[in-house]
Amino acid sequence: MATPTLPAELSDATRDETSLRRFLHGLPGVDQVGVEQRAAGLGTRSIKKGSKLWAIDTAISMVDLTTLEGADTHGKVRALAAKARRPDPDRPDTPRVAAVCVYPDLVSTAVGALTGTGIGVASVATAFPSGRSSREVKLTDVALAVNSGASEVDMVIDRGAFLEGRYGQVFDEIQAVKEACAAAGNTAHLKVILETGELATYDNVRRASWLALLAGGDFIKTSTGKVSPAATLPVTHVMLQAVRDWYVSTGELRGVKPAGGIRNTKDAIRYLVAVHEVAGPEWLTPSLFRFGASSLLNDLLLQRRTQLDGHYSGPKYVTVD
Amino acid sequence: MSDNRISVAKTYKLYVDGKFPRSESGRTYPVTDSKGAFLANASHASRKDVRDAVVAARKAFGGWSGATAYNRGQVLYRVAEVLEGRREQFAAEVAASEGLPARKAQSVVDAAVDRWVWYAGWTDKIATVLGAANPVAGPYFSFTVPEPTGVVGVLAPQESSLLGLVSVVAPVLATGCTAVVVSSADRPLPAITLSEVLATSDVPAGVVNVLTGKASELGPWLASHGDVNALDPTGAGPLGRVEIAREAAGTVKRVLAVPEDEPDWTRRPDIARLRRYLEPKTVWHPQGV
Amino acid sequence: MSMWEYAPAPESREIARLKESYRPFIGGEFVDGGGEPLKSINPATEEVLTEVGTASSSDVDVAVKAARKAYDKTWRKMPGAERAKYLFRIARLIQERSRELAVLETLDNGKPIKESRDSDVPTAAAHFFYHAGWADKLDYAGYGPDPQPLGVAGQIIPWNFPLLMLAWKIAPALATGNTVVLKPAETTPLTALVFAEICQQADLPPGVVNILPGAGDIGSELVEHAGVDKIAFTGSTEVGKLIQRSVAGTSKRLTLELGGKAANIVFDDAPLDQAVEGIVNGIFYNQGHVCCAGSRLLAQESVVDELLEKLRYRVSTLRLGDPLDKNTDIGAVNSAEQLAKIRELAESGDAEGAQRWTSPCPVPERGFFFAPTVFSDVEQSMRIAREEIFGPVLSVLTFRTPDEAIAKANNTPYGLSAGIWTEKGSRILWAANQLRAGVVWANTFNRFDPTAPFGGYQESGFGREGGRTGLEAYLDV
Repeated sequence: MATPTLPAELSDATRDETSLRRFLHGLPGVDQVGVEQRAAGLGTRSIKKGSKLWAIDTAISMVDLTTLEGADTHGKVRALAAKARRPDPDRPDTPRVAAVCVYPDLVSTAVGALTGTGIGVASVATAFPSGRSSREVKLTDVALAVNSGASEVDMVIDRGAFLEGRYGQVFDEIQAVKEACAAAGNTAHLKVILETGELATYDNVRRASWLALLAGGDFIKTSTGKVSPAATLPVTHVMLQAVRDWYVSTGELRGVKPAGGIRNTKDAIRYLVAVHEVAGPEWLTPSLFRFGASSLLNDLLLQRRTQLDGHYSGPKYVTVD
Repeated sequence: MSDNRISVAKTYKLYVDGKFPRSESGRTYPVTDSKGAFLANASHASRKDVRDAVVAARKAFGGWSGATAYNRGQVLYRVAEVLEGRREQFAAEVAASEGLPARKAQSVVDAAVDRWVWYAGWTDKIATVLGAANPVAGPYFSFTVPEPTGVVGVLAPQESSLLGLVSVVAPVLATGCTAVVVSSADRPLPAITLSEVLATSDVPAGVVNVLTGKASELGPWLASHGDVNALDPTGAGPLGRVEIAREAAGTVKRVLAVPEDEPDWTRRPDIARLRRYLEPKTVWHPQGV
Repeated sequence: MSMWEYAPAPESREIARLKESYRPFIGGEFVDGGGEPLKSINPATEEVLTEVGTASSSDVDVAVKAARKAYDKTWRKMPGAERAKYLFRIARLIQERSRELAVLETLDNGKPIKESRDSDVPTAAAHFFYHAGWADKLDYAGYGPDPQPLGVAGQIIPWNFPLLMLAWKIAPALATGNTVVLKPAETTPLTALVFAEICQQADLPPGVVNILPGAGDIGSELVEHAGVDKIAFTGSTEVGKLIQRSVAGTSKRLTLELGGKAANIVFDDAPLDQAVEGIVNGIFYNQGHVCCAGSRLLAQESVVDELLEKLRYRVSTLRLGDPLDKNTDIGAVNSAEQLAKIRELAESGDAEGAQRWTSPCPVPERGFFFAPTVFSDVEQSMRIAREEIFGPVLSVLTFRTPDEAIAKANNTPYGLSAGIWTEKGSRILWAANQLRAGVVWANTFNRFDPTAPFGGYQESGFGREGGRTGLEAYLDV
């Protein structure tokens, strides 16, 4: 399982199941009260004026505009793609979002609508959201997504295996998906969804984060959005700390994506403050931080208008897609 | 027993670190009964004896304070048993020292034994009474436990040579502190006999150290000593207490507030003395998963 | 990608309702003090905020007599349930005026508004709420039936938490039936004088609370006044010793809450990121002007490098500057004098061979500021390991074994607080037991609550504040 480019203590960690287990369980614990307090403390940062506008624009550019419903249609996806291209039709200077995120069978529709825009197409895969299927089915799912043109794959880890302590299996599966992302000349980035709401403890979030990073995930992502709680600030803190620690150990920058439950600008800015102060300013870019969200975008647009117009805006001035 | 028998003249020694050394100074002084008749010679402790006693008390503190409360209670009950066995001797010494009729002296001794038993029973209860679970406004478990303050200098009462002595020494031991005791200067015999009791029960060496001598001379050395945590100035008298309290300020010692005159030791005590030798320690820990 | 700068987000100083002058509060009235008025300075700008009238020694006498009269005529006779209602009123009024108090505290003291707003003022109110409930339940406090108050309490408080220390002192004193003459610190008298207004608003009987601004000489007058039954002092060990000496041989009761040089012990199995938070909170909270600050970091050698790397990064994110800015983490040092002391001790660290690291944060040109500083390679023998710096300066020492950690932690005449960081439960309880300190925080630091007794061992003072235990300081038991 070893990845040759890593420093010895990390490549040794993935030598076998026992080493992996020992490594993950040797990570420092996370004190729940401490991390929640830190998150709440940073949450009191007051971001005003120019710094707020900067944050809003940056947040918009980090949105993975998402629709993951059984009722999704080609029309819905095209509408979303249109929104991604021109989030605020009245204000063409509004940044575009980072990507549109859809189920694999709708990837080709999204790709068709976004070709040439620079906006990514992300697809959930690996029997999203539960991840409960065979490896074969999961990889077929991934192949469908990447062969349809997805530039990013959001996989789910096997939480059952993780909670059973079969870390090697989770690791192997992430690696296999990573390989599938690169199969047949594809270059899809891999986001690994930990589904932190099912991992129950911050210690597990930290272990799962490292597991995903060791296995080659380009991003670690909190949630599917289908499980409550989805993204929370303290969970994101733990994951941001993990990518920072990873960077300190390896020199590599990996990304973080909170998803689900981030609905308004205030929340988004709290996340950006956490990115800024926990991971570091280098992470304040769509290539290293994303928001998995749908309704967030419109609130960002409303707040953007408020900032620029000097008065409050209303929901009728932004598009419903 | 013949009336003509020449008795064995006694020169009593100090009790330090479980042993009975002479005073480093070599000094002794005669002890008389309440009517002035010679009883024995006692060692006249010096400041260097204070120094040695504090070293012994500090050395013993870790073990004594670290012993389980149950174990300390057992040791102190054992002391009471040995005290009980020496009732006759104590009664004679109290009678001679304090000029009490035999019957009265006997009742003082009984009260002293009972007092010791009373404090012995506190060892494993006082933390329950004084400790607390603090209902703090946050996700923490916070609790407060009383812990022994350390080495206590005890200037024992000058008048009440046994009951007073026991009333001031037993609470020190019950809390887990160790003691350097300066006995009544003129009435040291019960203190000396108590030393012998302590030496032959299960009290670890150094837990109690008994110096015979003058509180006015030794008190200030105890008060200024950097390795003494608390002080009971009872035996120093009103004037001596002021000087001692001033000296004690240099190291922020805990000095017991004591009444002008010796109290009526036969009255049932409360737990104030125990409280004075205990430091409430508050511990916090988060509660999380 | 451009750097993200946070725009200034200052709280309005108008909220403080700063007045041109403030006066002592005696017998329920604001009066002209006989002392030389002092100028209260904003330590963040060095500008004069206002003029404060101070007490003279005859004012001390008048105040003590007012307190005695209130004690004899009103307060001691009042049923506890009635006293309680006054305390509840005061608590509510503190809450109602919390923004004003917070901004005023920040102006006068230099602490960040987020601390005065989120910590000092709400905790002060909490102390009054907590103690209000005790006033009619003293029979259950464990000191026997119907425990009696002491009389007139003279209270002297420091400048690091002006309003909060006032609450720690006044709330238990009043709840137990004592009356109070309080001297706030020379450099931070303002919130105490607003508190005096609150006493008026609450219709507290005149003389129950008297506030005397002034310098140390007024403190001495108060300590030595024959009409005072009890002295409660929070401040330096040096002054505490003088006070203990001064009251020696009198019948005055004394409690002291003095200095500290707390060890914050990080074992190699600690939750490192939270330990870093705890270390930062322990030494940089309130600019390190905290008697229980975790000023000595004791890190296990096997983890010290990783810990220091994380710590330096974290400290570099601390925002130093305008205390009124809601995003400021570290405000101004309270006075030029204190700043000089911090600098002098830091220089001794350099001279004695410790390695100084200073946060690269920008430092304002005006005002009394000291950038967060971490000294590594510190040895027990250095001054920065032994003396209380009372500033944002951390000394890092190392240890190899748990016994060594405890030995080093306890190797100080102080004994106020200590910290333990480890994931191992039995080690926490073992270390908590071994540490000679009145407050032990395990996997957290600098937590305070009215229900939790606080106070020191050894030269950190005696007596406790808070909880059932804290009532003892004001009862004749």
